[in-house]
Amino acid sequence: MADSPAVPRLALRGITKRYPGVLANDRVDLDVLPGEIHAVLGENGAGKSTLMKIIYGIAEPDAGEIRWEGEALHVANPARARKLGIGMVFQHFSLFETLTVADNIRLALERAQTRQLRQRIRDVSSRYGLPLQPARRIHTMSVGERQRVEIVRCLLQKPRLLIMDEPTSVLTPQAALRLFDTLRTLASEGCSILYISHKLDEIRTLCHRATVLRAGRVTGQCDPRRETTASLARMMIGGELPHTVHRAARVGAPALCVRALDVAPDDPFGTRLAGLSFDVCEGEIVGIAGVSGNGQKELLAALSGERTLARADAITLCGEPVASLDAFARRRRGLAFIPEDRLGRGAVPEMTLADNALLTARDHGHVARGFIRTRRVLAFARQTIAAFGVKASGPEAIARSLSGGNLQKFIVGREIGQRPKVLIAAQPTWGVDVGASAQIRQALLDLRERGVAVLVVSEELDELIEICDRLAVIAHGRLSPAKPVRETSAEEIGVLMAGATAHETAAAEALAQ
Amino acid sequence: MKLRLEARPEPSRLALWSAPLLATAATLCVGFIVFTALGRNPVAAFDAFFIAPVATRYGIAELLLKASPLMLIGTGLAIGYRANVWNIGAEGQLTLGALAGGGIALAVGEADVPSALLLPAMFIAGALAGMLWAAIPALLRTRCNANEILTSLMLVYVATLLLSWLVHGPWRDPEGYNFPQSKIFAANALLPILLPETRLNAGFVLALAVVALAWLFVRRHIVGFEMRVAGLSPGAANYAGISWRRNIWLGMLAGGACAGLAGVGEAAGPIGQLLPSMSPGYGFAAIIVAFVGRLHPAGIALASLLMSLLYLGGESAQVNLALPSAVTGLFEGTLLFFLLAADVLVNYRPRIVAAAA
Repeated sequence: MADSPAVPRLALRGITKRYPGVLANDRVDLDVLPGEIHAVLGENGAGKSTLMKIIYGIAEPDAGEIRWEGEALHVANPARARKLGIGMVFQHFSLFETLTVADNIRLALERAQTRQLRQRIRDVSSRYGLPLQPARRIHTMSVGERQRVEIVRCLLQKPRLLIMDEPTSVLTPQAALRLFDTLRTLASEGCSILYISHKLDEIRTLCHRATVLRAGRVTGQCDPRRETTASLARMMIGGELPHTVHRAARVGAPALCVRALDVAPDDPFGTRLAGLSFDVCEGEIVGIAGVSGNGQKELLAALSGERTLARADAITLCGEPVASLDAFARRRRGLAFIPEDRLGRGAVPEMTLADNALLTARDHGHVARGFIRTRRVLAFARQTIAAFGVKASGPEAIARSLSGGNLQKFIVGREIGQRPKVLIAAQPTWGVDVGASAQIRQALLDLRERGVAVLVVSEELDELIEICDRLAVIAHGRLSPAKPVRETSAEEIGVLMAGATAHETAAAEALAQ
Repeated sequence: MKLRLEARPEPSRLALWSAPLLATAATLCVGFIVFTALGRNPVAAFDAFFIAPVATRYGIAELLLKASPLMLIGTGLAIGYRANVWNIGAEGQLTLGALAGGGIALAVGEADVPSALLLPAMFIAGALAGMLWAAIPALLRTRCNANEILTSLMLVYVATLLLSWLVHGPWRDPEGYNFPQSKIFAANALLPILLPETRLNAGFVLALAVVALAWLFVRRHIVGFEMRVAGLSPGAANYAGISWRRNIWLGMLAGGACAGLAGVGEAAGPIGQLLPSMSPGYGFAAIIVAFVGRLHPAGIALASLLMSLLYLGGESAQVNLALPSAVTGLFEGTLLFFLLAADVLVNYRPRIVAAAA
């Protein structure tokens, strides 16, 4: 290590940042030593992202001091941060899909750094085990490969501090392990890494030190290798991890049947769905796992009716062909859908909760001869707020003013409150805090108990394994056969997520034995 | 120190109501400077602009008369605008409405048909003609994905030329000394006057009725709700199964119908015949009215009165103070500019922050 370990590479003192209506960071202190992998752990909304934005010069703190290698300074913008040697890999990538890897990287570098770029990309990527072809265009690449481009782009600037924001949320379990190897190599060369996550197992295997944030404040510092998942969770949420109650399934007749579903993508970089078939029966939860961008978006649009198809019998709902019907017509036949985007899809940001309740519940006695029955809609919204413990000032609260988790609870409550026969949920707990996640998962399990057919499409493998009865994997627009969860393993699903067919998986298993 | 705009967590009620006052104050300040620089007494100019036009009963009647078409068209356009349907061609739809309603009046001629039958027939024909003209962009948009802003605007010129051909040719008054104008309508085809010795007619009542109906539709009807959703968040509308095609049709047809009614109101009201041009640009001014009124029926009613006052004030300033018409245009533009600028304060609040070190 080049620097003396006594001087932290980065030291934050009393960082405070206030946004309208919320104190995002409250007197946060943080030290990152050279060559250290330092976890910043916290639930969604704990202030992790804000803190990283302050370090990277995207946001300005209202108070507090940033010291870089012992020197107090002001990070005015990301260009200044990069000059200091701070690199950041964002959770949502900032790449131009129509350009090549080399072009995307060139855009981020200063002119002097772009000489022999292709060769340097190859060198760096092979040294850190991040294989990349500089001439490939981004739109042909998987999400994991795109993340490699982002990482290589940072590494070419020889960072001394690398910030990784929830990097494994888009990776298969195997790809995550490969990323950890890369990060360990980097750290051993003296690069400091700030690793942001809410996944406790990852932090325990990877990180040297952890700073825990709760509601904008530092609530603890620890060596995660010496902690248990439960003790980390206590620091993170200030209580025990909630448990869900899972009873045996009483499976009935198939309620949602998909037969040879072929969908061409609307978007030139979308995924073509090829011959998908599966059933979801009354009283069971079927999960579809997969790395995002493998056809989930297209599948969900076709199932929900946001996209209609010419062949009506590709999708049947309780025996009735519905693929050519629009979303509202399918809802009238007992379908409910929780989309992954809350603002701008699941809810209208500028409207009140009452209006947002009416958004999908436009029958159920809320409309008489074309006119809205305001009192009934208000009652329905109030009922939803109460049943799911949504933190809001009331049915007149603007949807945008709610936190992500609270709005998601409201949307879940609204969909369940319509007593569906089939419920489809996309990433139901994405970006939702631990307590609300458990509540949402429990609500899905309760629905299954009542004989509703539930389909969950998610990237969170742990969650799927926890609540699903059967699990299928989508990769490159194709779906593996759904298997009972007990007969499969995270490893097998991980291989399928990477795009191998079931046949190849069987061969790999045979080889391993 | 620098000034920064910060998003408010919720729109401010106070700013919503005080924004127009703030804008008026700012306009008066700018007006004061402009009129002083021109060597005029600003107080006299303000008097000519805002007080003189409405100081008499006749003036107030004129104010309401000019506000009627603006109110009608603005209300119709706002129904579409709320759903992101951009009908810019109300001027053409107004022309077609005047043409159809006026055509009936001319066809009936001196025949003894009661007003109670003839006027509704004219208005229905006008509304249908306006809708027909608006249906063309709607069809092109839903079938061929042609941008309705362009198609509706281009059809304005087609409509104007069509009317111009009619009044120059087949519909020209044979006893009109070759002027391009139709015969003057018979008394049974003219709107009854509301206030004696003024030009204010029953068209104003029609405009108020349409505003009330639009309010009921937007606030209470499920289709109005669905169109509002589509305008605020197309993604949420698609998710909820709200048809964008239907919204385009409804939005365009509502604007077309109201503009058509306004066209008949002009033909059967203050004009009383068909001329090559039936409006001093009401169809375009109504776009501004719709936005100044924040696309809300009551707001549009108020905004149309303001716009009408600016029309009258501009004329009065030109006549009484010999101000060039460019100055009155500048004054109108300043007011609208400040009105829209002050609207930013509804959703944002200014904050002074210490400059970066």
